[in-house]
Amino acid sequence: MADLRSSSRSRDLDKLLLRPGHLVGPTFEPGAQLRDDLQEYVRILVVGAGGLGCELLKDLALSGFRNLEVIDMDRIEVSNLNRQFLFRLEDVGEPKAEVAAKRVMERVSGVNIVPHFCRIEDKELEFYSEFSIIVLGLDSIEARSYINAVACGFLEYDANDEPLEETMKPMVDGGTEGFKGHARVILPGMTPCFECTIWLFPPQVKFPLCTLAETPRTAAHCIEYAHLIKWDEVHSGKSFDPDNPDHMQWVYLEAAKRAQLFGIPGVTYSLTQGVVKNIIPAIASTNAIISAACALETLKIASGCSKTLSNYLTYNGLEGLHTKVTEFVRDKDCLVCGPGIFMELETSITLKLFIDQLEEHPKLLMSGASVTVRGKNLYMAAPPLLEEMTRSNLAIPLFELMDKSPTGIVHVTGTAGKGDKRQSCLRKLRVAFKANGITDTDMAGGA
Amino acid sequence: MIRLFKVKEKQKEEAGNANGRGPLKKQSAGELRLHKDISELNLPKSCTISFPNGKDDLMNFEVSIKPDEGYYMGGKFLFTFNVSATYPHEAPKVKCKTKVYHPNIDLEGNICLNILREDWKPVLNINTIVYGLYHLLTEPNHEDPLNQEAAAVLRDNPKAFKSNVRTAIGGGRVGDTYFARCI
Repeated sequence: MADLRSSSRSRDLDKLLLRPGHLVGPTFEPGAQLRDDLQEYVRILVVGAGGLGCELLKDLALSGFRNLEVIDMDRIEVSNLNRQFLFRLEDVGEPKAEVAAKRVMERVSGVNIVPHFCRIEDKELEFYSEFSIIVLGLDSIEARSYINAVACGFLEYDANDEPLEETMKPMVDGGTEGFKGHARVILPGMTPCFECTIWLFPPQVKFPLCTLAETPRTAAHCIEYAHLIKWDEVHSGKSFDPDNPDHMQWVYLEAAKRAQLFGIPGVTYSLTQGVVKNIIPAIASTNAIISAACALETLKIASGCSKTLSNYLTYNGLEGLHTKVTEFVRDKDCLVCGPGIFMELETSITLKLFIDQLEEHPKLLMSGASVTVRGKNLYMAAPPLLEEMTRSNLAIPLFELMDKSPTGIVHVTGTAGKGDKRQSCLRKLRVAFKANGITDTDMAGGA
Repeated sequence: MIRLFKVKEKQKEEAGNANGRGPLKKQSAGELRLHKDISELNLPKSCTISFPNGKDDLMNFEVSIKPDEGYYMGGKFLFTFNVSATYPHEAPKVKCKTKVYHPNIDLEGNICLNILREDWKPVLNINTIVYGLYHLLTEPNHEDPLNQEAAAVLRDNPKAFKSNVRTAIGGGRVGDTYFARCI
């Protein structure tokens, strides 16, 4: 009996996973084993337990995944309840990740969801490395950029600059803004990473400060005046906290006063929140549509039951309905997901000699280089102050400056190229040190 | 397409195979781009940069500008820069730490400079901003006022403006406001 029930539960999924087909991915091996493996071995991290996160957890749990984890630093607010359907009024003030995990586990038997109530930066890199796929339901460029850098950081390349498949950490990124949304698949090393296409994002709208101070014309101008100028004037030294309702109320009242002074209508508390926190009204159905697309892509990546979206889907429900898939291309020099230029070095080479070698390296021809390794500025050619502070490193072997790590990523800045094409540039280098008697041949990838 | 079921073997392997690599510190793309900007800085003699948190924190730094011409000649003005991880998508946050009598800088140090807000583009860099600030000090303009009184004086009576600026940077009172000496 138990068998019958479980098979009826995965009946729809079985149609995808048990039968061969023509449009499947190259690695697809249909069968009951695949279904069981998906349940047992695939671990998925959902980043964000907000509007998209709630939908994603539900969709992934119902798609047969059993090992999910969710990370979110926020607590539930009343204004979330219209679309973050896993939360109830009595949950207000509770951590989103914990409540979301609990609610989905109550409804979908057999699924295990581990919640993490913290910032994404609080987790060690190892935490992220344990997942098969990372699914993003975030609302900021900064957070996406961070997770992207972490996931791409696991990627290793072989000696021919080909990405090593087993180091690839796939990401599925969803995003919504009102009636608009996107879903994209990032296979680091194969499809463009978040940083390759960061230019896609339009710049944030920022009003000139003098307009705010002198010639406000809109309600938003009045709110930004209270937020950016008046706040500092009155609360010297105390910084504004957008999550503190008292602060928000103060800004609202100041904005309202100013609006009255200039005869501008439309300043409300919710508009104040909207302008200050950059909030765009969220639409539950947009989240549902984008999340469904993301969950399906996750299933496709995990099982190979169909080719994945290639690689960026946009959805616009504002005027009629428009959806389109665009295939973006990688930036081959991407500092985050690109292979970088491979250099094999002696452990004895000093930083000075290393910098000299950059000048002769055929792919670089870089002069006047500055060198940085994971946030440590080893040498800065300018400004003079930093040059002086870093000069003493020049005589030290690079191997030592890199904590005797056999491989590593080094970033260099300088003037590179030939003849007329010489220009300042920033390059990623994949450095491997020749082992002194120790066999270390399979470490040439670097991370 | 990715061969995910290698993870199956990999997980089994990892059980007995402790990974020797230490935790890696990451550097954001913004930090790297800033590293490039800083290493290519080409500042005039009148501008000096300093890094209060040492050589490994480039994201927070200070620039002091000592204009060698114009109304503010001889004064020394300190600006703080705070650069976010999404730089250059987002402009650095710049404030003027020296209290200054200036039509485009208010008494809290907010600065009305177009490239810091509405006209910021990722192709611009730290050098551009420093030159922008220098320009603001040599050519204050009354059309984009943040300090309305100063702007009105500059517009209506440049001589009085000049004398007010001299009073302020020498340390003294202009109207109700006291300015500390910054020469």
